[in-house]
Amino acid sequence: MTTALPFLDRSHSVAPLDYNRWRVPPAALAIHLSIGQAYAFSVFNLPLSRLLGGTAPAVGDWSVSRIGWVFSTAIVALGLSAALFGRWLERVGPRRAMVTAACCFAGGFFVGAIGIATHQFWLLLLGYGALGGVGLGIGYISPVSTLLKWFPDRPGMATGLAIMGFGGGAMIASPLSVALMTRFRSAASPGVAETFVTLGVLYLAMMLFGAFTVRVPAHDWMPTRAARVAGARPHAPVSSMNARDAIRTPQFWMLWVMLCVNVTAGIGVLGQASAMIQETFPGRIGVEAAAGFVGLLSLANLSGRFFWSSLSDRIGRGTTYMLFFSLGALLYASIPFAGHRASVPLFVGALVVLLTMYGGGFATIPAYLRDVFGTAEVGAIHGRLLTAWSVAGIVGPVLVNYVREYRIANGAPKSEAYGVTMYVMAGLLVIGLAATMRLRSLPAAIVQHGARA
Amino acid sequence: MNNDHRNQWVPLIGAWLVVLVPAIWGIAQVIKKSAALFR
Repeated sequence: MTTALPFLDRSHSVAPLDYNRWRVPPAALAIHLSIGQAYAFSVFNLPLSRLLGGTAPAVGDWSVSRIGWVFSTAIVALGLSAALFGRWLERVGPRRAMVTAACCFAGGFFVGAIGIATHQFWLLLLGYGALGGVGLGIGYISPVSTLLKWFPDRPGMATGLAIMGFGGGAMIASPLSVALMTRFRSAASPGVAETFVTLGVLYLAMMLFGAFTVRVPAHDWMPTRAARVAGARPHAPVSSMNARDAIRTPQFWMLWVMLCVNVTAGIGVLGQASAMIQETFPGRIGVEAAAGFVGLLSLANLSGRFFWSSLSDRIGRGTTYMLFFSLGALLYASIPFAGHRASVPLFVGALVVLLTMYGGGFATIPAYLRDVFGTAEVGAIHGRLLTAWSVAGIVGPVLVNYVREYRIANGAPKSEAYGVTMYVMAGLLVIGLAATMRLRSLPAAIVQHGARA
Repeated sequence: MNNDHRNQWVPLIGAWLVVLVPAIWGIAQVIKKSAALFR
């Protein structure tokens, strides 16, 4: 079959046998550091809500809650596109997928910039939200699947490295976006459209760097270390299952529940962290210290992605998730106690550990999928599993916000408004623990459903 | 030899620098901001 731009084909990206595999993670990081920008979108909320009014919102300006739909659309498009394009990715290889992701993600910025410049909300939603979201989804799964094939001996560490980049992307994008808006601001414009165009160009360059440096291992390639320990690893699958069969197994849905509850619990707290610490410790924690707390949680999220996924290579994926859910439930339940005792260190310490496990849950799941279903279509299976993220992205913040509002409406002081939410989160993690225990008691998916090459 | 990595150091280090420099800059910004919590 002939395809457009044949130099993007998988066959053109196969590495020679002596290729140093440590040249592949930077390609993965280039993609994830770029698309991780999505989590810094909130820096545009206020400027976008004042496009007409300048210093304050004017009649006809977009409300912040309406702008929030742009981010939500992007996350839903991420999950859907990862699910839809996963098998295509496995067929065409990572280079074509990464170039597609780069064009969609950067294209989202360019279309969004037109929407901002002409003040047409639907263009911003279609551009950054839908088109950019497709770029997020394809970009998220492409490098993960490739790294799993390069690091069969350390799959957790390899995927943790890439997915850590997604956490780090917001850390670059947030200050960069603020600096660019300051640079482009004028009496006539807040500089958001110009910032969008600049970010689009920068991310296009960075992602194309990743696309053209990525390589896939040759069919007969084996890392020396993995060859040495082959057979001794209890998690190494002997064959692979295709994505269509994988989603019919109970193992897939146990993993879906585990990812969903882990993300629901973390994402709700992450979105409300600043308000939560200020309201729990009124008069002691101000706006600036709260911003520092949010930064600390971002670092915990980032480092947890690498730490826990690397540790899972040693202690096993099941044990790692058992730790997440059992220790996580205890820590969530301890947060109201920290509020009662007015203990800032206990409150901060518990949430820092929890956020390392939130990141760790994201980063370890591809390696878990690889253990259960093999590597042949792990990108496609991972893509389908990411629908759990889309669901959690909506449920998590809604749960935290609505329970808080309900408590305040029923007379609870703001300092105690989050107590019930924390118990709900602990309960969710207990469900995750049950799913992990059930998964461990199931027979191996590949053995049960028949091996496929 | 399966893993002969000779002559690959320049592209290896170059590729890591491309991603590590912006990443370290971003992390430094967050650490600066986080310091406010401990003041």
